[in-house]
Amino acid sequence: MAEAGTLKAPSASAHAGTARPAGLAAEMLAGWILASPAVMLMWLLLLGPAVAVVVLSFTDWTFGAPTIAWVGLGNYAEMLADPSFWVSLKNTLLYVSFSVPLSVLLGLLVALLIEAGTSLRGFYRAVYFLPVTATLLAMAFVFQFAFHPTIGVVNQLFAVLGLPTLDWLKTPSTALYALGVIGIWQAVGLNMVLFLAGLKAIPRDLYEAAALDGVDGAWERFRLVTWPLLGPAAVFVVTITSIRSFQVFDTIAVLTQGGPNKSTSVLLFQMYQEGFSFLRSAYAAALTCVFLGIVLLLTLVQTTLLDKRAHYG
Amino acid sequence: MKGRTNLAGLGFGLFRHLVLGAGAILMLAPFILMVSISLKTQGEIYAPHFHLLPDGWNGLSNYAAAFTKQPLGRYLLNGLFVGACIFVAQVALALPCAYALAKLRWHGRETTFVLVLAGLLVPPQVTAIPIYVMLWKFGILDSYLALILPSSISVFGIFLMRQFFRTVPDDLLDAARLDGLSEFAIVWRIMLPTAIPALVSFGILSLVWHWNDFFWPLIVIQSEQLAPPPLGILFFANAEAGTNYGYLMAAAVVVNAPLAAAFLFAQRWFIDSMTMTAVK
Repeated sequence: MAEAGTLKAPSASAHAGTARPAGLAAEMLAGWILASPAVMLMWLLLLGPAVAVVVLSFTDWTFGAPTIAWVGLGNYAEMLADPSFWVSLKNTLLYVSFSVPLSVLLGLLVALLIEAGTSLRGFYRAVYFLPVTATLLAMAFVFQFAFHPTIGVVNQLFAVLGLPTLDWLKTPSTALYALGVIGIWQAVGLNMVLFLAGLKAIPRDLYEAAALDGVDGAWERFRLVTWPLLGPAAVFVVTITSIRSFQVFDTIAVLTQGGPNKSTSVLLFQMYQEGFSFLRSAYAAALTCVFLGIVLLLTLVQTTLLDKRAHYG
Repeated sequence: MKGRTNLAGLGFGLFRHLVLGAGAILMLAPFILMVSISLKTQGEIYAPHFHLLPDGWNGLSNYAAAFTKQPLGRYLLNGLFVGACIFVAQVALALPCAYALAKLRWHGRETTFVLVLAGLLVPPQVTAIPIYVMLWKFGILDSYLALILPSSISVFGIFLMRQFFRTVPDDLLDAARLDGLSEFAIVWRIMLPTAIPALVSFGILSLVWHWNDFFWPLIVIQSEQLAPPPLGILFFANAEAGTNYGYLMAAAVVVNAPLAAAFLFAQRWFIDSMTMTAVK
């Protein structure tokens, strides 16, 4: 509490129309002292480590090794020559490319249907949002049971409906999609509420104006009024869903460990294995940099798209 | 004409409830399945045909086993303790910084704000390796500190509070200064109370995130008695060879219950809080 004394502004000097803390020097000092704990920890725990991971990716360090040497792009060259990196990258992109469109479209559909009527709005919103707060790791085991080849409800239901039954999580061609189902289940609710907020922001009179101009029917209203105005919200939803989707980890770590036959190994999981199971810190750092690069690229695309829209918005 | 519109409206209403209702069942199905299994005996769980309601109620013994076969209570307390410590640290660090960024003029303010924005772009997994090495050097891996320290700074919290503080009128601060309050006192006696609504939203977000976080505890925690709930569930699953789904699902229900109950009681707060990321 020592700062409290030194920062105290003498109120007597505050007569000339300003009650700023005794002059600019004192204000500057106050700013520094108040911000410095956060700034120091931000460097120690966030920005410093982010820079460190980039630097580390140019070295040969393995966890606990007494020596460290600069290898330039060595890790990246190894990565490009490593088939398992390409498998992970392909799996990551595949996972993102089906889970993002599905969870965004379902979120949009649910939001539009909820807004289209008045009854049970709160009930539906609560039900669809509930998975967002769920502990994904615990729910992963529920899905493991649901996907169980013999006692699982999915196969029992599919058998009744005459659909194919499989060991979904242990078949290389289906495991990634089974994990995607879990991801979509958790993502729909958040997308729904983001779209609901976007829909609320559309002025009512635009629909009335459109009606006067002869725009009739739900689809025309959606195409000409709702969708163009929902654009910015949609760009935002797609971006955060993509970033979250790139971060898929929990379900893979407990249900498949990247298998069977590497069919569910994604970038982040490979980074975890290299860095914390095989202790190849530098190589894992290089994988982290690829992961970071993709996430930054997505943010850049989002910013560019939203800026363009703002110009004629 | 009017009758036809009403009929069409009725048809659409029916369609709306059919689609939303079917979707709602799918969204709830995992929770229903979880509770259903948690009430069954091992024999019934592995029966060839699934029934929603258990024949022989085995709930009591499953839930008792969930708490006695593994220290589930301890996991819950760990989650609560770690989450509370992280939130308090985040607020204690973010509030003064956000106030300085929003209301004071000092050299380096713009640079600091740019750094905060840059920090927002870094996903938490990116810093995992360097922070792990750092904790190892300090000799504090596998401790509460290893769980709390890396999350003690939240750039999102700083950003959010800074945006909020900019809306606080300067007159209020000038009046406080005339009353002889120091800048430090202004942060805690004037800004903190006005920020309570934003802090509640941020608190929900922070608690939900850290209660459910699995990635970081998996990396730094080996000791069972330090595990937060998700890692505890994993220990649970590993310890029970052949996975006893009855115990496991009982534990899953217990871990999910606090947040689910809190959500149902304070839906508006939760939804506002979880969509706050949209503020960015």
